[in-house]
Amino acid sequence: MTVYDTSAVRTSAVDLNHTGHYLHWGVIQLSVANLVVIGIMIVIFALAVVLPFPKGRGRR
Amino acid sequence: MTPKWARIPQPEPEPARTRHYDIVKEFVIALVVVLLATFALAAVFGAPDEKPVTLQSWAKADPSDFLATAFAELDGSSTTAGYGPPYNTAAEGQKIGPLGLAKAVGVHQRIDTAGDFVLTPLATAPQNPDVAAALTQYKNATPDQQAAYRKTFSDAMDAAKGDPAQIPAGSAGPVQVMLNQLLTQAEAGSLDGQLLAQGGFYQNNYTKPLLFLSDGTYLAGLADAKHLSGDQWGMMNETGNYPGQAWLWLYTFWYQISPFNHSDNADALIWGLMAVLTLAFILIPFIPGVRSIPRYVPIYRLIWRDHYRYEQDHR
Amino acid sequence: MSGQASTTPEPAEPSWTGAVRGRAVRAFPPDKLLPDRQPSWVASWIYVFGVLSITALLVVLGSGGVLALKGPDWWHLSSIGRYVNALHLWSVELFMAFMVIHLWGKFFMAAWRGRRAMTWITGAIAFAASIGTAFTGYLVQQNFDSQWIATQAKDGLNSVGIGAYFNVLDFGQMLMWHIVLLPAVLGLLVVWHVLLVRRRGVVPPIPLAHAEAESETAPGPEEAAS
Repeated sequence: MTVYDTSAVRTSAVDLNHTGHYLHWGVIQLSVANLVVIGIMIVIFALAVVLPFPKGRGRR
Repeated sequence: MTPKWARIPQPEPEPARTRHYDIVKEFVIALVVVLLATFALAAVFGAPDEKPVTLQSWAKADPSDFLATAFAELDGSSTTAGYGPPYNTAAEGQKIGPLGLAKAVGVHQRIDTAGDFVLTPLATAPQNPDVAAALTQYKNATPDQQAAYRKTFSDAMDAAKGDPAQIPAGSAGPVQVMLNQLLTQAEAGSLDGQLLAQGGFYQNNYTKPLLFLSDGTYLAGLADAKHLSGDQWGMMNETGNYPGQAWLWLYTFWYQISPFNHSDNADALIWGLMAVLTLAFILIPFIPGVRSIPRYVPIYRLIWRDHYRYEQDHR
Repeated sequence: MSGQASTTPEPAEPSWTGAVRGRAVRAFPPDKLLPDRQPSWVASWIYVFGVLSITALLVVLGSGGVLALKGPDWWHLSSIGRYVNALHLWSVELFMAFMVIHLWGKFFMAAWRGRRAMTWITGAIAFAASIGTAFTGYLVQQNFDSQWIATQAKDGLNSVGIGAYFNVLDFGQMLMWHIVLLPAVLGLLVVWHVLLVRRRGVVPPIPLAHAEAESETAPGPEEAAS
C-alpha cells in the first residue's frame, strides 16, 4: 500500500487547500477559482482583440 | 449554400499586401512565455492532493455506515447490487426514449455484491471458530433460510434506530457475526487488499473497492462537503480553492435543471444531448444561422480594423 | 545504384515513394511550410493564441513525460514530484485557456470560410479530445479526487453502454488511455490542423458591408458551397 508522505514540505507560496469559496446565483453555483479563471480569459480575449499589434517591417 | 458574405473566390488570390512575420521566433517566444508562466503558477499555487479514502479509513471513521453498506451488499439492496448493466442484470439500465443502449451492450464487468464484497473476503481469511461457524451456517442454508437470517439482522438494525453498530452483540444471528468480522477486517486494513487482489497477483483494476466505497454515504458525504456533488455543479470543481474542469460547464449544467434533475434516465439523456451538441459544434461551418453569428456580432471589425482603414484610405 | 539522387519532386520512374514525395512537396513547398511573410491583415494579438496553445501542449507533454519517469505514485511521495505535478496541472490550465480563446477568435472571424471547414473540424475535434485527455488525467491521480470523479463519471458512461468497454474504475486502463492513446490522437489532430492552416493560408477578413455591396455589381468568380 502506498504510503503518503505527509511531511513533504509545502513549497507553494499560496495555499489553496482550504475550504473552497462558492458563489450562488439562482441555479448557478460557481467556485471563485473557476470564476477567476473564466474572468481572466474573457479579459485576455478582449485585450487581444483591442490592443494594437506591432506594425510589420518590409511591407510589400 | 454558403452565405454571400462568407464566399471567397477560389482559387484564392494572393494577398495584395504582405508583411514580414517570423513564425519560428514567435514559437520560441511563446514557448518561453508559457514555460515561465507554468513554473510561476506551479510555484505560487502548487496542486491539490487529498488523500484517498480506503475501506480501512471508512470503517474506522463511520463503522455504522460501513456495516449498513455491507448488509446492503449481502441482501442485494445496495446501489451496485441493483445497478444493472454493466455489473449485473438486476435492472434494465437507462434509456434515451426507447433506446436502451446499456442493456443492449450487456454485462461486461460482473459483480456479485454478496459474494465479492462479503462472503469471499470472509471465506478467504483465517477465521476464529465463531466466525467460521456463522459463515458455514449462512452458506449452507437454503435461500429462504438465508433471507430469514438477513431479516433477523435488519429487524435488529431497525430496533437500534438504523445504527447497526448499536445492535447488542450476539443478538442478531450469523449475519451480525459475519458483518462485524468484515468490519474488523476492514479496520485492520486487510479488506482493501482482499477486494483488490481477487483474481490474481498483479492488479490495476479498482472496480470492486471503488464500487463498495461508493455504495456507502461516507465518500459521498466528504465530496458534498467539498462541493463536488452533482447537484452542486461538482463536475466543474476541484478540492480546496483550486480551479477545476471549468470546460465541463455545459455538461454539468443540464443536471441542475428540469427535467433532468428528477429523471431516472438523466445520465443517458444528457449524454445523448451533449453528443448532439458536440457534433453540432464540430459542424458549425454548415449550420445556417449559427455560422452567421460572426457577421452579426462584429468582433471582426475590431480584429481587422487596420486592414479596413487601409482599404478605405486607398480606395 | 544510379550516380545521383533525383533533385526534382517528380521521380524518373513511377514508385509509391515518388508519388508520396511528389504530393507532399506540391502541397507543402518549403516556403509554404515555413513562411516568413504573412498577409498584411495578420495584425492582431488574437493570432498568437494558436501558437500559445501548441507551446502549452508541449509543456503539458514534457511535464507529463517527467511524471512518467518515476511512475504514477512518485508525485505523492516527493516534493520535487509534487512540483512537477503542479507544472502538469497549470500547463493544462494554460493549454485549455489559450485553446478556448483561440476558438473564440476563430469563431468570430468565421475562419472556416474559403474551403477551411476541415481546419475548424480538426480543431473542434482536438478540443473534444483534449477534454477527454484531461478527464483521464484526473482519473489517474490516485487520490480522493480521482476516486470521486471515477465513481461519478461511471454512471454517465454506463448509461449509454460505453462503461462496459471503458471502465473509469480501472486505473491501468485509464492510465494507458491518458498517456498513450489520447495524446497520440491529439497529436495527430494538432499536426493535421496546423498543416491545413499552412495549406490554405490565414483566412481573409470578412468583407465590410459596403465593400460587399460594391462587389455585387461586378460579380467575380464565385466558389461553390464549401
